[in-house]
Amino acid sequence: MIYQTVIGLEVHLQLSTKTKAFCGCIIDFGRAPNTCVCPICLGFPGTLPVYNKEALNSAIKVALAFNCQIQEHTKFDRKNYFYPDLPKNYQISQYDLPLSRNGYLYIYRDNKPKRIGITRIHLEEDAGKLIHEDGQSLVDFNRAGIPLIEIVSEPDLFSPQEAFDYLTNLKSIIEYLDVSDCDMEKGSLRCDANISLRKAGSLELGVKTELKNMNSFKGVKDALSFEVGRQAELLDRGGDMVQETRLWDAEKGVTVSMRTKEGAKDYRYFPDPDLTRFHINQDMIERLRLKLPELPQEKLQRFMKEYSLSEYDAKILVSSKEDARFSEECIRIYPGKDKKLMVNWLIGPLLSEANSRKVKISELNITNDELISLIGFVERGEISGLSAKGVLSQMIDSGKSARELIIESNLLQVSDTEELSKIIESVILENTKSVDDFRSGKTNALMFLVGQVMKKSSGKANPKIVGQLLSRRLTDA
Amino acid sequence: MTAHELLVRLKSGSVASEAVQEALYARIEKVDSKINAYVRRADFRKNDAVNKKQGLLFSLPVTVKDNICTEGLNTECCSKILAGFCPPYEATVISKLKKAGAEIFPLKANMDEFAFGSSTENSCFGPTHNPWNLGCVPGGSSGGSAAAVAADEAIWALGSDTGGSIRQPASFCGVVGLKPTYGRVSRFGLIAFASSLDQIGPITKDVEDAAILTQAISGYDPNDSTSVDQDVPDYLKSLTKDIKGLRVGIPKEYFVEGMDSEVKSVIEQAVNKLKTLGASVKEVSLPHTEYAVPVYYIIATAEASSNLARFDGVQYGYRAKSDNLIEMYKRTRAEGFGDEAKRRIILGTFALSHGYYDAYYLRALKVRTLIKQDFDRVFAEFDCIAAPTSPTPAFKLGERASEPLKMYLSDIYTISVNLAGIPAISIPCGFTKDKLPVGLQIMAGSFNEEMLFRVAHTFEQNTEWHKIKSSL
Amino acid sequence: MAIDNETIRHVAHLARIDLQAKELERLHVQLHEILGFIDKISNLNIEDVLPASHILPISNVLREDIPHTSLTPERALENAPSKKGNFFSVPKIIE
Repeated sequence: MIYQTVIGLEVHLQLSTKTKAFCGCIIDFGRAPNTCVCPICLGFPGTLPVYNKEALNSAIKVALAFNCQIQEHTKFDRKNYFYPDLPKNYQISQYDLPLSRNGYLYIYRDNKPKRIGITRIHLEEDAGKLIHEDGQSLVDFNRAGIPLIEIVSEPDLFSPQEAFDYLTNLKSIIEYLDVSDCDMEKGSLRCDANISLRKAGSLELGVKTELKNMNSFKGVKDALSFEVGRQAELLDRGGDMVQETRLWDAEKGVTVSMRTKEGAKDYRYFPDPDLTRFHINQDMIERLRLKLPELPQEKLQRFMKEYSLSEYDAKILVSSKEDARFSEECIRIYPGKDKKLMVNWLIGPLLSEANSRKVKISELNITNDELISLIGFVERGEISGLSAKGVLSQMIDSGKSARELIIESNLLQVSDTEELSKIIESVILENTKSVDDFRSGKTNALMFLVGQVMKKSSGKANPKIVGQLLSRRLTDA
Repeated sequence: MTAHELLVRLKSGSVASEAVQEALYARIEKVDSKINAYVRRADFRKNDAVNKKQGLLFSLPVTVKDNICTEGLNTECCSKILAGFCPPYEATVISKLKKAGAEIFPLKANMDEFAFGSSTENSCFGPTHNPWNLGCVPGGSSGGSAAAVAADEAIWALGSDTGGSIRQPASFCGVVGLKPTYGRVSRFGLIAFASSLDQIGPITKDVEDAAILTQAISGYDPNDSTSVDQDVPDYLKSLTKDIKGLRVGIPKEYFVEGMDSEVKSVIEQAVNKLKTLGASVKEVSLPHTEYAVPVYYIIATAEASSNLARFDGVQYGYRAKSDNLIEMYKRTRAEGFGDEAKRRIILGTFALSHGYYDAYYLRALKVRTLIKQDFDRVFAEFDCIAAPTSPTPAFKLGERASEPLKMYLSDIYTISVNLAGIPAISIPCGFTKDKLPVGLQIMAGSFNEEMLFRVAHTFEQNTEWHKIKSSL
Repeated sequence: MAIDNETIRHVAHLARIDLQAKELERLHVQLHEILGFIDKISNLNIEDVLPASHILPISNVLREDIPHTSLTPERALENAPSKKGNFFSVPKIIE
């Protein structure tokens, strides 16, 4: 039986504001338990919430970046349930008037774009952390109250790979906005998946399974792959699919059922009377839209166009916000007329260095100015391109400047025509046979003569110029 | 003595602040075992040094209801489930009072548990008795505050009002009680009952005191999203003793069956007094009055069911013994909450639950709009509304305790005010044959507390009711 | 509207309150009466009325992203019925 996989993803993102959603406690990962808490985020009786302006701005920026319609009138609702990591036993969230709806982002396969719908992006607060021990559970409320946004995708993803691509693109866009760490390991990005299978060609959705406990994008992909297999096998057997939540066990590579829910949860949502309504007007939206940085896709297109790069090459440069910034800055301050030369250095030698050191281009121990200085030596013919690569490596290792290293290693090429001509004359005199060979049409002989000049100059002659001079000299005489 | 009288003497030095405190302690020693206006008296420790700050309020002690957070002083809402809770922070109104030089009295005032009640019989510390008749209730839920002020166990006090909890006990105890406009006074630090209805307000011996205390606690608070950023006028300037030409509306729906005949006649005489003082009095209509109590009991209990979910034994208060979490939650809340609290939580949870939300909660919110519109219409043509505070005088202890619905109906004249968010004041205006106080309620448009003080003060200064004290 | 014991038990579970049999009985009677009274509002025609979810005409109340002083763990845990080190402790969670 052929099945179509249908996947929807729910991503929770912690916003990287300085303080929590509803109080001024700072957000700081890894702090000792209950050191970033106050009566408000602890939900002490009598306390009241006031929402963080920066969190709202960040959330609107995300909504704009994903092409969502921003709700003009939005409000907070209480989601009521009991759990020890929830100080008030309700979460301040949004129910029927979320901040934004109907957005999308693109994923690409074989250069073909596929639009993935985003149902909604809404605001909520995070809960505390529980540690389970023998016979008891320990609660740390440092995380309680951190502002979250929840991004819900339409069930438009049709394979675990598409889900992976969606997450990768989502993360890269959010990183560009600089509103969240997007770090699954630190928990600032969390993802739950909903997956169902249906007979190929059917329009009805199958019974969905909720997957939790994936700790990396790969984990999401693996968990979904496992589920596709498990569900297909079950359906083939004629078994009944029951709506349930399953946890991914990364070690064993399987999903395990949580206890079946005793019916749907009743969260008794109602508008939170402690918070006002919010009117998001066009002015506010436009002001924030202006603050949006150029997003990855736009930057990619622009790099391809402006610098005549292939998509492959352009992708390398925009792969991360820092790399894009570094590259763009290099290109911007490069004094030469042909920017392509700078670009070639970035996607060539610099990328090599980055890869061999397993870091990003922008993380290499070299500044834009230093790089440009090195390139200058090559452009002026003062060192050969080959030597320059070696110097680059040394610059990164030692932190020394191009000039220092070139002088130290005695790499300065001789490009002075007068000086070179002298050497050329002596080489011609010493290699009459090759000269005759060249004059009689054996172009290889030129290479040999260039080689002799290089030898006589202890490798310092600029081979290109030598070639030109030799060629002219021999054809003229 | 009233606060303003004491302030004069404190400023001149003829009375020392310590003497004021001592007098209160002595009075409490003498009568509170009969009245039970204050709680946890056994844990009482005298204030080490009376704060000699100058400030507007010259170290005058203010009695605070047990649901207003006072740092370092237990705040338990008179509930077993908050036993031992000592807040590590204080309510904004407390900070404001301290800044103005007031002393926070070290004993808290009794109340119905979590403000659920109209008689102060739902306290885990036992009921408060009405100083006018110890066999009667003082009203609720701020019964302790009202009784203390009436019995001179307090100079003045803070209460909270969600459906009448300041005004009704003020009326039962023959003192002044004001509920400010919703948003006038910060709720930060008030342990919430119904977030869209609660307000903190003064309970005092006369209107001038109410004006001073309201002034001191009012104002915008950035810690409360529902507090309004509007200047606080000088309320003392409203004490003009002149209501000539003011248009007073008398709601006809308030004078129907169920009202005690003595209360009716006392109120009628009070209204006549307003006429003789120059006000023009006319009948008005608040057509949705009969829906106020049902709407209130849906909205207030729904909000309360959510606000009280945090009382679960995890971080503070009472925790029942158990070896698993769910059992702990259920037993803690079963053992820690009193009957009325449980009843309201169940009712509120029901009103919000799946399948009932539209028919109850959502519908109630819509009717609330209609109730507010009733008042908007009247205030477009009238300066204020005059009405009884309660349909009956103080009833006997135990009389309504087993009939919740009957208890709820005693809020009938006060509840609409909270639903509409407008301010209202109750002032003493007479007595029944049994010498039980009757309260006159004045209501005004949003942020028009000045009108309340003006009308109430004029009435008060032209009558003697506020000077009559109980024999206790 | 009639409310049955099953519903009350379910609601009590949602509210995490243990009800004894006698309490359940009493509640049944009381809630029945109260709900009967509340049902008054079902008669009103409120088709075009907006719900007053917020009684004040204010909106967009926000705060600046500025840190304040947090509590020390000792103060945060001062009132805790049970703690371990600087953690709040609760009995084990059985699913």
